[in-house]
Amino acid sequence: MLKNIDSLPSSLPVPLGAARPTRRTVLLLALLLVALALPLIVTSPSHQNLAILMLMAAQIGVSWNIVGGYAGQVSLGHAAFYGIGAYTSTILFSLFGINPWFAMLAGGVIAALVSLPVGWSCFRLKGHYFAMATIAVAEIIQIVFTNWDFAGAAVGLTIPMNESGWANMIFDDKAPYYYIALGLLLLTMLANFAIERSYLGYYFRAIKDEPDAARSLGVSLSKYKQIAFAVSSFFTAMGGSLYAQKELYIDPGSVLGTGLSIKMALVSILGGIGTLFGPLVGAGLLTAIEEGTRTMFGGSGRGTDLIIYAALIIVIAVYYPNGILGYIKSKIARRKAGKAQAAISAQEVVK
Amino acid sequence: MTFSILVQTLASGLLIGLIYALVAIGLTLIFGVMDIVNFSHGEFLMFGMYSSFWLFTLYALDPIFTLPLTALFLFGLGTLLYKLVIRKITNAPMVSQIFTTFGLMILFRGIAQFFWKADFRTIENSLVSGQVSLAGIQIGEPQLTAGLGAIIVTAVIYLFLTRTRLGAALEATAADKEAAQLMGIDSQKMFALAWGVGAACAGVAGALLSTFFPIFPEVGANFILIAFVVVNLGGFGSVVGALIAGVLVGVIEVMGGFFLGPQYKMAIVLVLFLTVLMFRPQGLLGKA
Repeated sequence: MLKNIDSLPSSLPVPLGAARPTRRTVLLLALLLVALALPLIVTSPSHQNLAILMLMAAQIGVSWNIVGGYAGQVSLGHAAFYGIGAYTSTILFSLFGINPWFAMLAGGVIAALVSLPVGWSCFRLKGHYFAMATIAVAEIIQIVFTNWDFAGAAVGLTIPMNESGWANMIFDDKAPYYYIALGLLLLTMLANFAIERSYLGYYFRAIKDEPDAARSLGVSLSKYKQIAFAVSSFFTAMGGSLYAQKELYIDPGSVLGTGLSIKMALVSILGGIGTLFGPLVGAGLLTAIEEGTRTMFGGSGRGTDLIIYAALIIVIAVYYPNGILGYIKSKIARRKAGKAQAAISAQEVVK
Repeated sequence: MTFSILVQTLASGLLIGLIYALVAIGLTLIFGVMDIVNFSHGEFLMFGMYSSFWLFTLYALDPIFTLPLTALFLFGLGTLLYKLVIRKITNAPMVSQIFTTFGLMILFRGIAQFFWKADFRTIENSLVSGQVSLAGIQIGEPQLTAGLGAIIVTAVIYLFLTRTRLGAALEATAADKEAAQLMGIDSQKMFALAWGVGAACAGVAGALLSTFFPIFPEVGANFILIAFVVVNLGGFGSVVGALIAGVLVGVIEVMGGFFLGPQYKMAIVLVLFLTVLMFRPQGLLGKA
């Protein structure tokens, strides 16, 4: 029954080594410092923009990962929540003059509320059926927004260029957006980390790997799937609001499209599904591939960029089914297992 | 007056529904045998359309006559795809299967754009053009031919699955791979066959559509979501279910468009789909 028995120990949280900083902690702190200093080193707006795109892709990937990775419910309709976030904050800010920071939070709350009926109707479905149902939900929401005049219908909504500054979350240069994107990513990762460590994390993994066993032990599957879904939707929507504030223009195609839903999942899967840092790796890789192929080959209008992008996705999906980070992890685990095996046999020889 | 329009709408829904059914049968065959959802299925249809288009434009061969050739092309493409790519992900996690076929979808669109540009193309003045009057209602000849063609091909597929040894082997593999293997059925061959036949179904549907539907690299996007809905409603792996669900979806789509406006026709289909899934998660004809 236990399918992932060899992957279980590595996915269990390690006790916090408070006594001395581990190599991992030092590495993470260094990474954080580099991330904080980056806009000071990289000053070209186009490169800063690339960094922002990576952070935003990572943030939605981490958000998706909560329900898609940890709880194993592969949603292919998350653009619905991204769009709800983008539309809520844009409508509140540009039509009612509500502070965008608060509007962003409101977008997250509304998305989490919308996730309740969606989850209620979809969570009884398994595997492919669940994935297809979420595509359908997102598609319906996209159709609604495309025909809803109040929300700009197919044309979309524009955020008027008000006074720039932190109060309006509108900036003339890229660096502030970079820091907001970084902050949002860290916040999302922190939530993810807290969940991973708490009893919720165990429940989510139990739902994913052993749903029948979890149920027999009294874990309410639908309740915990729903919690994962709501938290994931909340953060996804915040990402959508940030996108709206950065672009100052949204339309159904850009914030509600199926392609976006797929991208969120792809970011996690390429990097390593169900891991905290996988989406970061995946976002960096995917954004680099996307933007790289677009600038190098997109001008031809002949789809060369699409061909290269697709070929890379296929190669990774076929040869690294557990993502880049999953591949590295399994390599390390195999080496460790090899060492442990050697140590055990050495002990036996001594005996 | 209104009544005749209603009947006419119903008839056009029925005809397009038969095409939907054919596309979905290809998808459900692949799923039934391999448990893989093929996101690039709409692109098989797109290739079928281009095959008809180029044979018509370059060699003046009518889509009706080149239908078997298109089916053969797509059969080849399907089996080749299985041998080159799909074989490697047979036992991979569901997500990497989804993203492999998703990648193929983008790849095929890119390839079509590369070779044939993003332009909309149409087949003008094929053998089947114009209108026919049937009991007071007007039906386009291309649509009628397409619907009838879809019925014939569906019947052929059904007979193949139920009346031939090869078809029975395919069904056996779908029902229980291990048991079929013990009976001496090479499951690798069956998988390749499913991909070949599945692709051919979509390709034939594309060829039938090519006389009245614009041809462009992303045309598959119009059909893949409907095919998913049809496969779900009919029950994954069920050919008869796909036929019934396909016609049902076609009729509901045009009726919804007729009563509520064309912009909502897809939403109506999707709402129906979710409603059915809630009460019968295994689809209308799927096994629980």
